[in-house]
Amino acid sequence: MSEIRLTINGHERGFDGVSPHTRLLDFLRDQGLTGAKEGCAEGECGACAVLVARPDGEDRTRWTSVNACLPPAVAFDGQEVVTSEGLGTAPGPRGPGQLHPVQREMATRGGSQCGYCTPGFVCAMAAEYYRPERSSADAPAHDQTGTDVQGEEHAADHECGPNGFDLHALSGNLCRCTGYRPIRDAAYALGEPEDTDLLRRRQEEPAPKPSYTRIDTAGARFVRPADLGEFFDHLEQARDEEQEVRLVAGATDLGVEVNIRHVRPPVVLAVDRLDELRTLDVSDDRIEIGAALSLSEVERGLGGCVPLLDQLFPQFASRLIRNAATFGGNLGTGSPIGDSAPVLLALGASVVLASRGGDREVPLAAYYTGYRESVRRPDEILRAVRIPLPLADHAAFHKIAKRRFDDISSVAVAIAIQVDDAAAVTSARIGLGGVAATPICAREVEEALIGQPWTRETAVNAAALLARQGTPIDDMRASARYRSAMLEQSLLKFWAQQQPAQAQEVSQ
Amino acid sequence: MKSLAERPENPVVGVTVAHEHGAEHATGCALYTDDLVVRHQNVLHAWPLQAPHAHARVTSLDVVPALDVPGVARVLTAEDVPGINDAGIKEDEPLFPSEVMFHGHAVCWVLGESLEAARLGAETIKVEYEPLPSLITLTEAIAAQSFQGRQPTVSRGDVETGLANGTHRFSGEIEFGGQEHFYLETHASFAYVDEGGQVFVQCSTQHPSETQEIVARVLGLDNHDVTVQCLRMGGGFGGKEMQPHGFAAIAALGATLTGRPVRLRLTRNQDITITGKRHPYHASWDVSFDDDGRLQALRATVTSDGGWSLDLSEPVMQRTLCHIDNAYWIPNVEVHGRVAQTNKTSQTAFRGFGGPQGMLVIEDILGRCAPLLGLDPTELRARNLYVPGQSTPYGQPVRHAERLAEIWNQVHQRADVRERRAEIEDFNATHPDTHRALAVTPVKFGISFNLTAFNQAGALVHVYRDGSVLINHGGTEMGQGLHTKMRQVAATALGVPLETVRLAPTRTDKVPNTSATAASSGADLNGGAVKNACEQIRDRLAEVAARKFNIHPDDVRFVNGTVTGIGFHDRQMSFAELAHDAYFQRISLWAAGYYRTEGLHWDADRMQGEPFKYFSYGASVSEVEVDGFTGAYRLLRTDIVHDVGDSLSPLIDIGQIEGGFVQGAGWLTLEDLRWDESDGPSRGRLTTQAASTYKLPSFSEMPEEFNVHLFEKATESGVVYGSKAVGEPPLMLAFSVREALREAAAAFGPEGHSVLLASPATPEAVFWAVQDARRALAQCGASGSRDARRDRAASSSEVGSADEAASATASEDVPDAAATAR
Repeated sequence: MSEIRLTINGHERGFDGVSPHTRLLDFLRDQGLTGAKEGCAEGECGACAVLVARPDGEDRTRWTSVNACLPPAVAFDGQEVVTSEGLGTAPGPRGPGQLHPVQREMATRGGSQCGYCTPGFVCAMAAEYYRPERSSADAPAHDQTGTDVQGEEHAADHECGPNGFDLHALSGNLCRCTGYRPIRDAAYALGEPEDTDLLRRRQEEPAPKPSYTRIDTAGARFVRPADLGEFFDHLEQARDEEQEVRLVAGATDLGVEVNIRHVRPPVVLAVDRLDELRTLDVSDDRIEIGAALSLSEVERGLGGCVPLLDQLFPQFASRLIRNAATFGGNLGTGSPIGDSAPVLLALGASVVLASRGGDREVPLAAYYTGYRESVRRPDEILRAVRIPLPLADHAAFHKIAKRRFDDISSVAVAIAIQVDDAAAVTSARIGLGGVAATPICAREVEEALIGQPWTRETAVNAAALLARQGTPIDDMRASARYRSAMLEQSLLKFWAQQQPAQAQEVSQ
Repeated sequence: MKSLAERPENPVVGVTVAHEHGAEHATGCALYTDDLVVRHQNVLHAWPLQAPHAHARVTSLDVVPALDVPGVARVLTAEDVPGINDAGIKEDEPLFPSEVMFHGHAVCWVLGESLEAARLGAETIKVEYEPLPSLITLTEAIAAQSFQGRQPTVSRGDVETGLANGTHRFSGEIEFGGQEHFYLETHASFAYVDEGGQVFVQCSTQHPSETQEIVARVLGLDNHDVTVQCLRMGGGFGGKEMQPHGFAAIAALGATLTGRPVRLRLTRNQDITITGKRHPYHASWDVSFDDDGRLQALRATVTSDGGWSLDLSEPVMQRTLCHIDNAYWIPNVEVHGRVAQTNKTSQTAFRGFGGPQGMLVIEDILGRCAPLLGLDPTELRARNLYVPGQSTPYGQPVRHAERLAEIWNQVHQRADVRERRAEIEDFNATHPDTHRALAVTPVKFGISFNLTAFNQAGALVHVYRDGSVLINHGGTEMGQGLHTKMRQVAATALGVPLETVRLAPTRTDKVPNTSATAASSGADLNGGAVKNACEQIRDRLAEVAARKFNIHPDDVRFVNGTVTGIGFHDRQMSFAELAHDAYFQRISLWAAGYYRTEGLHWDADRMQGEPFKYFSYGASVSEVEVDGFTGAYRLLRTDIVHDVGDSLSPLIDIGQIEGGFVQGAGWLTLEDLRWDESDGPSRGRLTTQAASTYKLPSFSEMPEEFNVHLFEKATESGVVYGSKAVGEPPLMLAFSVREALREAAAAFGPEGHSVLLASPATPEAVFWAVQDARRALAQCGASGSRDARRDRAASSSEVGSADEAASATASEDVPDAAATAR
């Protein structure tokens, strides 16, 4: 089989002979839909953003913004895609045109200068425009920007306009011309979608089901199996053929390798729609999160029940990336930086590895064995992440990076401690990224903290110890010296941030 | 009405209109060069083979294996060039080099049926290199005395005496980074031999005429054989002024050799590793002040890192020397400039064109010296602003210098500086780990190309018989809204509604011999030419109307598409009727317009003259908040008052100011180009060659509160409709961010602590500045004694030696009782 079917801007048709290595972006541009652009080919700039109809529960659809430069086009077999051209039309020789409200606000408020990033901004903005939960009730009660809010809480804050527009929806879009102010104003000026709005109405119907795609063209195979059993069939087939296999969910990591390092894996197995990898269960003693849920789905599904993850999400890449990226992918690729690994280490999480023989659970702290190496066997797939309950009372995630939105950490530190009534530390977990060949636990510091009174002196001593963890290096993001200093500072900052809360508890 | 600056009644200039193609941008139907490829068949795609050495001789090149790769059509090498094998105007940039001059230098180009085929073909090409010694850092180049081009000096007065007579004398050094343009659209060219037999090149270029000329030279053709069209650019910022020519030439060479359209679009990695950037600089300086903090003398040597070839490095250095004074009167000046040659990309124009680098030097000096002088930095800056009657070190009177003080005071009022300083003091007193600070900096920026000949422009205006208008001009659109402004100028000059004026894309067969759209001069120059063309037509039409109305042509009025006579409002006709009548009276309805900026002269050898038509002024106030734990910061609020003359298009101008400011803030705080400076195998490789490692400002770097005010009643006589240029000057308003970060770091230290701040002032750089300030506080105790001030200044040199900090020291050379007693 070599045909895929896509609905693009409302028109469904089949496409024959699309290579598994052709990105969605190039595929769309080859159709003459040149609105989406390549700005970086890494999912950093968002000039390629488009909308995809994704499930929002069983019977509804959510217009979801994704980078088109990363995933292969064949991964969208059976899906519905909307580009900037599909949202509205400009007036011109072909007619008076009809701008989408997002396009109108961007065009009239100076939201575009060179215009190259604009189609991507428009798609990312449209997804937020249609977000069902968006409402003016989310608007800050008072001015939460500028000089009126203090920085420490700011990084994780959702920055919302009076219409409930969350500015983080645009965190994966770069503009080199405007300085962003008019784009923000355009976003904050948007009203509610009209009842007659077709895209809004589309959200009230179920999303397209996944297609169980199998594309085999010259030297490349792309398969989306229907279930885990079939997945193992393909895994074994590739092993028998001695073909290298890459698993892909959101393609936010593999896509970069394909684009930048020109990797062309012969077999790609898409695991993003496997039901077995899409669980989200909260029980009394643990939370299980399916490895193939997008981070945005996890964020919505947990509804704030893991505060440390809520600190992580806004700082994890961008909304465009989180709409596709998964815990499975982030842990599976084994980046020494993270950002999910340090947080999950601090949460004491484990990973569930599935094979023909069933599941086995491995503590995340024991998962990595070296640089991008783990205990996962070739016949296994990372199926889920489990977080034990109850959670520690005090936790924080400190991401050290140059930029607040969408940057790679030079150091990532997640800390979770439990303090008893006598103000003694009863448990401590500290996960670190960016200071060793793998994400690591600061075991020595954890042990030094346990049993100690949670005082400034304890924090200062532990911070000095934390500064000596890992083997940080000098690179383009930061010096080794700064990385070590940030380890120390993160614990000092954590302690300082705990103080007002504790004082409050005492006064009650 | 004949005055260039005077506006008629109901002008269309000055009206707030959105970018003329905003709707096309937002709907994705605005076309860029690479969007045209899908409209053509049989297209070949070009891929470069990039050398993995910083400096090497190519000893052999075997392209034959590539030809066996399926889909490879041809490999282009030096032997294929029928004309001159050079991509530049100085003939120091071989298009196909025999000597690799930087890591990533393209040795040859493969043409394939697909980009994938071309890339796979390039992988098979066998090149042998003989590695040569390389110079990567400015320090290495200076030590090796590796310089290129002219070494100009700007001087005035007697700097030695001035330095000696100043009562407070300081010296120091600073080295600071360049900047990648990161236009969202990478370089793109698309070339074919068209139906008329000419070589037609669609190109993302700020300088179509020069692209045309280089393409013709490479192909061995005359200029009239080549036409270059620039539909629009997805950003330029100076990076497409000189750099597109070689890529256009490759595409055109491929098209003429194969007879097929050739598309060349760089990937982001290729663009960053091949094309030039803003020049990094090193400066060493001596400065003196009198007892009131007034600058007495400045002696400096500034060295730019020009990379492997000259490109625009010489004029960039000229502009640096012409802006080292920024907005300050310095009676005695002697500044030497030189361009280092290194094995890096050939650095080029970037918004500000050397001006920002010159101004950074003086702003850094003032920011560092203010605490040592016992003065608030804002006060120190205010005391040194130019006043009317003074002139620049290169001898140009600072016309309208009074605007500096007016703008300075206005921005203080609009930003509530006094109240907010008190709030900041309260905040800092109650937040030991988080400090805020506010800084105010001015901008004075000279407008015109330093090279006088470039200050000319042409336009072509057609009025059709139905009264509709089509304009062409030599400027290119890169997002700055030039075309929007030009339509407003034409509508104003002809007295017609904006909707009746259409603008056709820039191409060299419409308006020849154009200057680059650069130096902020696009609207000034092309506006002058468009207006000139429109007025020729209007004058002819006035005669037709005058005959009809039986009045003198001077009394005919053109307003909003209606033609009438002064005081004869009962008699009128539409512009369309008049155009129709004129045609039947055999009156020409089209005109070529021309403009040259008057009154300019410049002696580049003596570095004296009046190279600028006028100065643009502005000032900004920025407040930052620094996290003392990490050095991370937020830009809380920025207020700007900026002089754009009488704005041609306020929404466009505010967009330029805001965008320039944020881009400048990116250069000064975030954007950090790192090369491999080791002796390892990848020496000279740019390690920040992608959006993931080279971070530009995102939403999180925008000032959370951002107020921009256009300076009012600002008519600039002698410029089209009283306006001023706006493209570059606002970039330098961002110095207030850097200086606010310096002051926030200082707030962690004792009174009088002079902060050394690396540039870019990344969170890491700010963190070390904060740590340094804390150390100073610990050393001198809580007393903040005045005697400690000099010790702290001396100790500050320790941090400067760290690799991530500026290699800079500020020390007071002359022990001075007065300084400590202030």
